[in-house]
Amino acid sequence: MATFFGEVLSVYSRAVEEDDDELDDENEEDEQIRREIEEKREVYIEWYPDVTQSVSSGNCTLQCSDLIIAVGPNASGFLSAYVLNTESWDAVGHVSLWNEKSRCTSRQPPLPGEPACRFYRHRDNPSVLMCQSTCYVAEDQLFQWADKVFGSLLNRGLNVMVLSDSPVAEYKTPDNLYGSAVPFLRSLKSSAFKDQALCPALEQPNILTGLPAAVLSHCQVHRIPAVLYQCYTDVIGPDTVTMETYKPALTSLSKLVKLEPCPSADALRRFAKVSEAQSNLYT
Amino acid sequence: VFYRENPAVSVGNVGQLAVDLIVSTLNMCRVGYLHTDCLIPMAGNNPYATSAENANDLSTSAEVYSSPDLKLAVLQIRSPIIQKKSKKFRKLLVSWMKTSGFSRTVVLSSSHAYQRDDQQLLGTPLRYLLTPSMQKETGDHLKEMDWKEMETVSAFPGVSDSEQRLCIPGGGVTKGLFTASCAEDIPLAIVLIFCSEGDNIPDAFTLLNHLNTWLHLVETPIQTQPKWRIPASWRLLFGSGLPPALF
Repeated sequence: MATFFGEVLSVYSRAVEEDDDELDDENEEDEQIRREIEEKREVYIEWYPDVTQSVSSGNCTLQCSDLIIAVGPNASGFLSAYVLNTESWDAVGHVSLWNEKSRCTSRQPPLPGEPACRFYRHRDNPSVLMCQSTCYVAEDQLFQWADKVFGSLLNRGLNVMVLSDSPVAEYKTPDNLYGSAVPFLRSLKSSAFKDQALCPALEQPNILTGLPAAVLSHCQVHRIPAVLYQCYTDVIGPDTVTMETYKPALTSLSKLVKLEPCPSADALRRFAKVSEAQSNLYT
Repeated sequence: VFYRENPAVSVGNVGQLAVDLIVSTLNMCRVGYLHTDCLIPMAGNNPYATSAENANDLSTSAEVYSSPDLKLAVLQIRSPIIQKKSKKFRKLLVSWMKTSGFSRTVVLSSSHAYQRDDQQLLGTPLRYLLTPSMQKETGDHLKEMDWKEMETVSAFPGVSDSEQRLCIPGGGVTKGLFTASCAEDIPLAIVLIFCSEGDNIPDAFTLLNHLNTWLHLVETPIQTQPKWRIPASWRLLFGSGLPPALF
């Protein structure tokens, strides 16, 4: 495409990638490379030995009545500060996957602070599972992630809650948000979820993408009751004010497990990253 | 015996916009999902909401809608096909078409306007393609309506006696779906429009009005255009409201 100034720009479409016919010209070597890449990008759920032992041999399927998934640093920080802060949770597994941004391929549990997808189970109520996801799951791995995680659980009687961070810049509203209360929560629920959500529903034309979308789509299609709370925030990275925005979810969570009283400000700050300029021209 | 329409994810998302108008105007009910790892996952509340009661039905990346009165089924695809999975997705669609036994299938699509040749720059931007089994049934009717068939292009432009091939730049899976349907003897029609990225709502209306002259989805008096209902999800296509402080 030529512009007014004579230079030629390559034009692209927001809908399609070019070279969609590549696959039809594949030879055996191309096919083998493609298969190897697919295998490298496969998603694995690593359940730890004490969990696999307590389940009958064959497919590892866990009895689960409630699964809570936190996607993003603030959602995960909220769970760490308000729910996982008691001594009653055991780490029971993690997701191992490889992509351009995530190298969580180890079969060993990830180190604290490392981006990862970790699973925890409550000691007193072992059918309550929690998942904190802070690593990047690529577009071609999202469906597999949801499929394999739910494939590991006995779906009968399962209820799902998802907490997810999102930048407020992606929230579309006719009224500008300047001066409005940010961060704020919006909810989405699958058709099988019959209770009331704890905040207003996410208005069209706003949509979910990424891991929350993959989880909710899976629940919708498989008729699993699921509710999602999306927190729109203007802060990149973990922040105490954003984490506190998830507090309405505590009413539902306190029905499942015993929660500690509100953590102190110091405890919250441990999970929030303070961004300090390492060097500054002006100081 | 049903007939079916679906969009290709193509330049300007015109097919998808057109399908949105069909579902919204004809008040079609959702009857199923296409749950596949070939599409990027997405979810949102009901894009065709007409009241508070139906506003909170969750919608996913590919869903099937139906209108028993019109014997019409529609597949809406809301997110891009994952790169390297287009072949698998085509096979999925072809297998679904065969097992469902649709009497005919129409694919709504689009192609890059900037790749038209000199002849294509003149006249209508609308084109069609028919598989052989569809050609027998409908070919003459479309010719009578003066519809224009999609031209083939030279494999080597400028070389007059080179092989002619079908090319639909920006059409996504359209060409692959067409070739596969020809091979499997599926009655399939492609209806597409040449367009560029931008505000593609007018292109969607043009494509749909054109399709309506053939399929009569919405009855219209002569010399008027059909009235399509714009769905709630088309609000804010170009972003949120402006901050007043800007001015």
